[in-house]
Formats: sequence, C-alpha cells, structure tokens
Amino acid sequence: MARVEAEVGVEKSGIMKWIDDRFPFTETLKLHATEYYASKNFNIWYIFGVLATVVLVLQIVTGIFLTMNYKPAAADAFASVEYIMRDVEWGWLIRYMHSTGASFFFIIVYLHMFRGLLYGSYKKPRELIWIIGMLIFLVLMAEAFAGYLLPWGQMSYWGAQVIISLFGAIPFVGEALVELIRGDYSISDITLNRFFALHVIVLPLALIALVFVHIVALHHVGSNNPDGIEIKDHKGPDGIPLDGIAFHPYHTTKDLVYIIAFLIVFSFVVFFAPDMGGYFLEHANFEPANTMATPEHIAPVWYFTPFYAILRAVPSKFWGMFLMVLAVALPFALPWLDRSRVKSIRYRGWIYRLALTLFVISFIALGYLGLKPADTVYVYLAQFFSVIYFSFFLLMPYYSSIDKTKPVPDRVVYHG
Amino acid sequence: MDNGNKKRHSFGSGFRTFAAAALVICISSTSALASEGGAELEHTGNDVDNIQSLQRGARNFMNYCSGCHSAQYVRYNSVARDLELTEDQIANNLMFNADNTFETIVSSMRIEDARRWFGQQPPDMSLIARAKGTDYVYNFLKGFYIDPDSPTGVDNRVLEGTSMPHVLWQLQGYQHANFVETPVGDEGITKTEFAGFEYLTEGTMSAEDFDGFVRDTANFLEYIAEPERSTRRKVGVWVIIFLFVFLAIAIMLKKEYWKDVN
Repeated sequence: MARVEAEVGVEKSGIMKWIDDRFPFTETLKLHATEYYASKNFNIWYIFGVLATVVLVLQIVTGIFLTMNYKPAAADAFASVEYIMRDVEWGWLIRYMHSTGASFFFIIVYLHMFRGLLYGSYKKPRELIWIIGMLIFLVLMAEAFAGYLLPWGQMSYWGAQVIISLFGAIPFVGEALVELIRGDYSISDITLNRFFALHVIVLPLALIALVFVHIVALHHVGSNNPDGIEIKDHKGPDGIPLDGIAFHPYHTTKDLVYIIAFLIVFSFVVFFAPDMGGYFLEHANFEPANTMATPEHIAPVWYFTPFYAILRAVPSKFWGMFLMVLAVALPFALPWLDRSRVKSIRYRGWIYRLALTLFVISFIALGYLGLKPADTVYVYLAQFFSVIYFSFFLLMPYYSSIDKTKPVPDRVVYHG
Repeated sequence: MDNGNKKRHSFGSGFRTFAAAALVICISSTSALASEGGAELEHTGNDVDNIQSLQRGARNFMNYCSGCHSAQYVRYNSVARDLELTEDQIANNLMFNADNTFETIVSSMRIEDARRWFGQQPPDMSLIARAKGTDYVYNFLKGFYIDPDSPTGVDNRVLEGTSMPHVLWQLQGYQHANFVETPVGDEGITKTEFAGFEYLTEGTMSAEDFDGFVRDTANFLEYIAEPERSTRRKVGVWVIIFLFVFLAIAIMLKKEYWKDVN
C-alpha cells in the first residue's frame, strides 16, 4: 500500500485510505480512467463505443420502469403497453425511449463495427476484443428479437413465428429445437413468458458481462487509432505514450460533447418521430396479435433485414438459413482473413478501399431488400448483393495480401 | 505527414457524406413505404392540433361509431381534458355506455350478437389510425358503394368485402362505384381499376360537409391513437433546447481541458 501511495504522491484523506486498504478503488480509477492513455487523434468514428454504452444504460434504466407496468401474458401484454402509453405518468416517454433506443443501439453498433473495418481494429493484438464484440452483437440480436415479441402486436407475433420456424430447417434436431424455443406447438403465452425471462434477465446479464470483458480486454492492450499505430511503441521518459492522453479528463470531456450531440438526435426521434415512418415502430404492431390472420407483409425490423435478405435470396430453406448464419459468423474470422501489413485504411491501397465501399453498399442494399416483398427482381438483386457480401470476407485473404500499402508513420497524425 | 493530413480531412467529410446519404435513404424509403399497398388514398388534410375539429370528431364518434366499436384504451376523462371540455360536458352529452368518466369507451354490443350479425366483433378503434393510417380511415368512411351481392348491400373501395354496413348513409347518401377494365399485356388479362363514385341518392349533407364530417372523425381517431402526441411535442422542444445549452457548456469544458493537448 505504501508503494502505491508513493507513486500517487498525494496525501490521502482518511476515508479514501480506509477504502483503498480494503478495495482497489483509487488503483482501478487510475488504471481505467485517469492513467489509461488513448491516442489523442481519435476522430468521430471513435465515439460509437461510448455511445453504445450510453444506450445500454438507457435501455436498462427505461427497461426497469417498463417492467414495473408491463404484464408478460398473452391476454394482457398488448393492453399493458397501451396502459403505459396512456395512463402511466411519463410512460409514453419511457416506452419511446426504449423502442427508439433499440434501433439506435443497432445503428451505433453497426457504425462501431464499421470503424473496426476502417482502421483494422480487429488486427493483432486486438483479435479477442473483436471476437468479444461479435459475441455482444449476437447477444444484442437475441435481446432485440426477444424484446420485439413482448408488445404482442401482429408483427411481434408473426415475425417471431417466421424467425423461430427457421430453426426447423436444421437437419434432424430442427423441429425439436423449434418446440424447445417456443415451449409450445405455436407461439403462445408460454413463449411470451420465456422470452420475457430472456429479455429482462438472461440476455441483459450476458450483455453486461460481455461489455465488461470487452472493455477490460481493450484497456489491457490499449485502444487503436485512425493511423493504426501502437502508441505504446513510443513512450516518454515517464512511461506514458507520447501520443496518448488520459481517458479522464481528456477523452471524457470530449465524449461528453458527442454524447449530448447524440442525445439531441435521439430526442428528435423520441419526441418528433417515434415511429420513424414505420421503421422503428411498425404500423402493423399497433394491432394486437391475431393468431387467425397474418399481416399483409411480414418483414423483420430494419436492423435484421440485411441478414433476412440473404436468407430469402436462396430458394432452399436450409441453404438460406445456412448462408444467413454464415453471414453473421464470417466476421468472427476477420482477424485471420485480413492479411494486410497495415491496419488503417489511411495506409492501405485502392483494393481494400474498393472492397470496403462495395461491402457497405451491399450491406445497405440488402437491408433495403429485406424490407421489400420477395418479388423476383428483388430476389435477384439480393442474390447479387449477397455474392458481394460474402466475397468481401472470402476473398479477403487474397486481395488484402496483394493490396499495395503506403508507409506508416512512426507517430500518429494530429493537428491540434 | 501532408498525405496523412489529407486523409484525415477526407474522412471527416467522409462521415458527413455518409450521414447525409443515410438520411436521404431514410427519407426516400419512408415515403416509398407510405405509398405502398392497395387502393390509392385521398389525403385527409386533418389537423390533430385543431381542438374544435377534435370535439366535433368526438361527437361523431360517440354518436355514430361507439355503439358497435369500442375504444377500450381511451378514458372519457382524458378525452375531456385533452379536448378542453369539462367532465360534465362529456358525461352529459357524449357518454352513453359508462357510469363514470374514468371508464374507457366500451361499446354496448355483446360479442355473441356481433358475431351473429357481422361474423366478427367490430374492431377496437383505439389504435386504428396508427395501425392503418388516418388517410385509410378517411377513405374507408367515404368509400362505401352499392353492391347488391353483399349481405349489407354495400361494399367498400378501401376494404373489399367488409362486413360493416354503411352507417353514415343518411348523411352521405348512397353512391355507385365505377370500375374500368384495363388490359395488362396481350394475353387477355385485365386489371380492374376504380374510376370514381357517382351519387345515386342524396344524403342530408352536401359532399363538402360530409367530407368535413369524416375528416373530423378521422382526426379524432388519430388523436385517440396517440393522446400524448401534443405533450410529446411540447416537452420535446424544451428537452432539445436544454440539450443545446448543455452542448454549448460541454464544448467550452472540452476546449478548456484540451488547451494543453498538442
């Protein structure tokens, strides 16, 4: 203890010393905030990790208040949501924050992942951070899917019916698995109950645990930066990276600006367009679940549609399912698919730039096509963009190794 | 170093291009979604902030709709509050099926009777404007036409085969729908297209007055679909003003701390 105090060089008051003797409070604070050094040249792409954390907290807090009034029963669920919207004080605000938060979570996470692709954040030594992040993405999809059933509207019911039945395409165990998920022969009160349990306990716990591990791993190796340079390679005499600045107060004050800017955008949606034209809250979901009548057109919520389009691009249910799983699984392998010597797109050649541009276009196009009915033209287009999507990953070992790279500077590029 | 500078710059603007493109996609696909589906709908042109229109709509709904249709999530007293009426005004003039103003709007029709008469329970109206759109409601109410083959004697342009009778016939009168067959391709396949209504019998209202009547009713249905809409928008303005002030302070704080970063 004396050693640590000598390092701090600050006289501790009685209470802090008492705590630090029993719990590494000051030490943790230093390790993760006041003496965690991250590059000073972060650009806007480096904000989405913090924003994802903000949205996670928002979702948990609003979720707690929703749980106080929501009733997880097929007979009561829809009415309880309307009760929240109309009779609970500020219930509408809490519900809209939660429903808008779900969509923003995905917008932010997709941009956060795109940042990884821009600056090679998944490359050595950050492979595990990337893999943990991909696990977070998987859990987030499960969490959103379970949550979407809870309002028990038409889209909740029929969307879940369609997606759960996909598991039936798995050979041998498919049908049994579908029954296990539903707990019944069709989506019912029992399904709603277990999805509620998953949505409010199991998956949030998994999410928080994974986010914690994600951040621990990040702080262990240190953050990447837009130049893809290891700032720890150039330390000053005091052992502090020359291009690094402390997370607190420098990055925290900068993040605060972006968090408020985000909240402004978020508030515009919550207060002035909570339906977002039927994308954040689908029109058909304002009708209670009707087991006897399907909606005119069943489409998952927008954040699942890129993968849904891949599923429908193939006529066979099994192969469609296979490709959809592959589409989610392939990014896990990115650290080993990418053979480029440099991390950042700033120092990569035209091939990777082109590949990434095509990938982004195909991802957005697939998302659009997944919202559309499965007409012939749309299916052909979905097949075309699926080929690009998979080529980005499967051809990467080749094109990333032949791509001409530029010399990487020793120190990060920063203009105060 | 110069090269790096250029790159850094291009990515800052790259994000702006990206955000702008995302916004354009969002907006264009929103309008695409709205224009999809069945019959072409005439725009209602209602204003959900117009309290007088909502009051007339409430009167119309209670008198012509609530006999069969419930609005089971809507309380009489919250309608009174939002429509600037007293609870007594509501209780004495518009509350036919309830004893207390804190009750919700529930139709007096028994479910068994409804099933026997119409084959189904008339749908609840609490959220119909949000699920189907206000224009749908407006066009549906205007869209009844004579069809001798239908048990109710009428069909509807917006919802073919509806089991709802033409409740507003006294006001609107009866109309005939013209359809034209247009050929699609060369193989004798034709497409039936709606080509306008013509009046068979006059109602007690002129066409413009009836449009106004239906517009008010649709407006009321839009209001009950989301009664907190006006609160939401009012609060939103203050929240965003607050956040902009907070943003300015945060920017100053950031600049102060970042002075020594070079």
